[in-house]
Amino acid sequence: MKFEYVIVGNSAAAAGCIEGIREYDKKGSIAVISDEKYHIYSRPLISYLLKGDVSESRMQYRPADFYKVNGVETLLGKRAVSVDSKTKQVALESGEKVEYGKLLLATGSKPFVPPMDGLDSVKNRFSFMKLDDVKGIEKAVKKGAKVLIIGAGLIGLKAAEALEHYGCEMTVIDLADRILPSILDKQTSEIMQKHIEAHGVKFLLNTSAKSFNKNTATLTNGEELQFDILITAVGVRPNTELAESAGGKVEKGILTDKKQAVKGVKNIWAAGDCTVSEDITTGTSHIIAIMPNAYAQGLVAGHNMAGAADKFEQAFPMNAIGFFGLHIITAGAYTGDCYEEIDGENVKKLFSCNNKLCGFILMGEKIARAGIYTALIREQTDLSTVDYELLCKAPQLAAFAKEKRQEILAKGGAA
Amino acid sequence: MPVNYFPAEFEVIRNYDKCISCRACERQCANEVHYYDSDFGKMLAHENRCVDCQRCVCICPTGALKIRPNENSFRKSANYTQPLMTEAYRQAGTGSVLLSSMGTPKDYPVYWDKILLNASQVTNPPIDPLREPMETRVFLGKKPTKMKFDKNGELDTTLEPSLTLNVPIMFSAMSYGSISKNAHESLARAAEELGTFYNTGEGGLHKDFYKYGANTIVQVASGRFGVHKDYLNAGAAIEIKMGQGAKPGIGGHLPGEKIKEDVAHTRMIPRGTDAISPAPHHDIYSIEDLRQLIFSVKEATEYKKPVIVKIAAVHNVAAIASGVARSGADIIAIDGFRGGTGAAPTRIRDNVGIPIELALAAVDGRLRHEGIRNEVSIVAAGSIRCSSDAVKAIALGADAVYIATPALLSMGCHLCRSCHTGKCNWGIATQNPELVKRLNPDIAYKRLVNLVTAWNHEIQEIMGGMGINSIEALRGNRLMLRGIGLNEKELQILGILHAGE
Amino acid sequence: MKKVYVNEERCLGCHLCEYYCAFANGSEPEFYKAFRLGRNAVPRIKVEDGNGINFAVQCRHCDDPQCMKNCIAGAISKVDGVVKIDRDKCVGCYTCVLSCPYGCVVADGGHSASKCELCTANGGTPQCVKGCINGAIVFEERGETA
Repeated sequence: MKFEYVIVGNSAAAAGCIEGIREYDKKGSIAVISDEKYHIYSRPLISYLLKGDVSESRMQYRPADFYKVNGVETLLGKRAVSVDSKTKQVALESGEKVEYGKLLLATGSKPFVPPMDGLDSVKNRFSFMKLDDVKGIEKAVKKGAKVLIIGAGLIGLKAAEALEHYGCEMTVIDLADRILPSILDKQTSEIMQKHIEAHGVKFLLNTSAKSFNKNTATLTNGEELQFDILITAVGVRPNTELAESAGGKVEKGILTDKKQAVKGVKNIWAAGDCTVSEDITTGTSHIIAIMPNAYAQGLVAGHNMAGAADKFEQAFPMNAIGFFGLHIITAGAYTGDCYEEIDGENVKKLFSCNNKLCGFILMGEKIARAGIYTALIREQTDLSTVDYELLCKAPQLAAFAKEKRQEILAKGGAA
Repeated sequence: MPVNYFPAEFEVIRNYDKCISCRACERQCANEVHYYDSDFGKMLAHENRCVDCQRCVCICPTGALKIRPNENSFRKSANYTQPLMTEAYRQAGTGSVLLSSMGTPKDYPVYWDKILLNASQVTNPPIDPLREPMETRVFLGKKPTKMKFDKNGELDTTLEPSLTLNVPIMFSAMSYGSISKNAHESLARAAEELGTFYNTGEGGLHKDFYKYGANTIVQVASGRFGVHKDYLNAGAAIEIKMGQGAKPGIGGHLPGEKIKEDVAHTRMIPRGTDAISPAPHHDIYSIEDLRQLIFSVKEATEYKKPVIVKIAAVHNVAAIASGVARSGADIIAIDGFRGGTGAAPTRIRDNVGIPIELALAAVDGRLRHEGIRNEVSIVAAGSIRCSSDAVKAIALGADAVYIATPALLSMGCHLCRSCHTGKCNWGIATQNPELVKRLNPDIAYKRLVNLVTAWNHEIQEIMGGMGINSIEALRGNRLMLRGIGLNEKELQILGILHAGE
Repeated sequence: MKKVYVNEERCLGCHLCEYYCAFANGSEPEFYKAFRLGRNAVPRIKVEDGNGINFAVQCRHCDDPQCMKNCIAGAISKVDGVVKIDRDKCVGCYTCVLSCPYGCVVADGGHSASKCELCTANGGTPQCVKGCINGAIVFEERGETA
């Protein structure tokens, strides 16, 4: 098999890449390789599927005719095991070889399960990353089941929210002293914790599971917990094996340049949760595992693979998520001067440093028009050119200089 | 003090089944009548602030509002009416002259409504204006008594400067200051599109509007605000304002708070100072003095522009007009006492002057009698309310009419007669930028054009019915008029027969 | 393509466009009932009152819509120049609210996000334009790239 473009992975970065390629190259052959057998779907939607908010067909990330319309050959349910960058071949688990002209590694990440004694003896143990995880949980879950979730991060708590609909009795444990440490500060994490606890979820923080004996966990605080279902959501690790086998540079994740080309090899690009990005709000490089980032990187990779010049330079973390009806929107880094408004569950915290907005946390009713703040970060807007005081009160275009505002309103411009 | 409590003039009736508390009424009321009571969770009103401008009624998206007269009444008297009593209380409290705006609301006779028009039957048949040409073009200015031609048959008579109007209707003087810039822009653009004229009033001409000069009459009044050589030359004609129908014998007073930056610049006076127009022109005490001013402005404009002299309709208007006609004026504008104003002392507005119908008939008759009618054109003003009023005015002897109140109505005015407060909710009689915004000139000018276009159609219809196909043939054609319910004296002054005669 | 534009020199800040929008996108045929009975939608147009100026803002139907690129559900698409949300696919995560640089995507009752779709589903005439009392909002072609 030989294709002009080969993409390993079948999620947001892959979609971005396909759409990016097709903007410039309508004909070149494209193949998508994925170990999952499903039509491209949205990973974060699995919790909504479990909850019953969406059906499997509605969680598709792109329409049913997506591959056909874009002329994409799919090699689904096939695992890529290595890449030979000299012969430009991807080796599949089945022994098949796929030859590529240009290759995108959009391999994402895999759940990280820390070693715990007796874990293998646990019945009904799941991660919460893929469609198959939901299918497994759906089969195992019964009304009133006791669920132990290890990890009070986004994934663990989304699982908890979904399982509330099954009337499960839930306990979430985490080694950290607070929930959602990746997106909330201490104060807002406490507010969210209370909100979630009000829905019957029990938290045991500063705690981890020492060992398991079948479906009984012994915690580091000595407590013993019985459960019917175990969900491990401690963290993820990027899938970098293919990049390594090809000779690409890998540190915390796959290293790329701004064009998303993998460092150290030719004709290979990478995008999404398996890569390292430079965070414009901190200046540091780390994995920014969010869907918008994956799509944008995929798109830039696609453009470059099809011969157009494009760069991805606006990486920064941002998240919009809700738990049990309380929504949060966050972005950037929480350092510098803080403007805050706290009114029960409605919270606004804006962080500015060096005359730029570098991050924010919005909760509850304060999430409205958050994108105006996001744009300030994305555009690295000098806050002396806007009425920041007005912006603190509410995100609004009135805070911009008249010309800038009229450019937006009159031209209806391009973002 | 209880005696200083004035019951609200109006009641705000709100249908609470329909009110959705969108608060548009609250946002749009410059008098701060409406407010939202968060304890009761509903809209309420400070009724005593309401001036019945109808803005809230017109914008309410659910039609939930009605404004009606407050039924709370003092003990009835046909002599000491409630308004008279209230005015006495008010003056007893303040010691001030009462101020009012727009035309008098008093029940004086409206002669337009006591005059009927003729139409042709059988002989001299009517003309269908949709099928045949119908001329409504008017030329204002001196008309030569004789025409001389040279050997080649070319005209040898020098024609005096004149104005050409496509319709016999002009917009009368309303100053920038008394009305907003957007209102002025609307009038200017409408005059241009219609092929007629608007009048700057006594507030000078804003620099943005010089481009409409070909359709502008620039006014010179006793305050001489904004008058300079370029201003005089900017317009198509110059009007010297001797008086105003709504307040004859009275000057003007635009309070300092209306003299914002732009108005001050246009008027050539310091910002925030009161703009006081004296009652007389301090250089005019005789017809000879008036003649001097007329020729001063003619000199300044190289005799290229006709000069209008505007006088209020007062008791001896005919004699005054005769003098004006002999002073060198090209056009006389006569302003009847029911005409509008941005602000006038109430007692003056309601009691001084005479109706335009009688003044016009008297002036036209006098000038004809003296054989000088062709020396001047006559423009009738002061409550020309509709096209039939215009037709009657022309048949009584006017060459054209000035309209202002109908123009304001086109722009949204609801005649709440509160111009003098400067809080016009329709964005017309105000200088508050938040309120001025409410008058969108793009919309307002089209409405003005529509109004005058509609009137012109009606004038053509009426003329056609009379069997007349040119407005010139209607002028002074009093045979087309009959009085109804008028006494001998009124008929005599109007110079018309009674219906049935 | 025709878009909705606002002239801030003309906008009076009466907020009526928000109500006409909320009515047009709601489920009740009678205007006053829509609001009295809470059958109105969340308005997709927002009037700003800041620093003595007023203007209405609604989706600019960007050339490069951030909301669409960032949507985690693939629920946002651009159809004939109009950026639309498929409410069946939307899970209400509000990544679009996070993304829109103009603040024009609104949270609609917890389950879905909403935005101006130029009243394509309401007869094609944007009701904010129709309802504007001062001609400040217009729906017209301005010849920029779509």
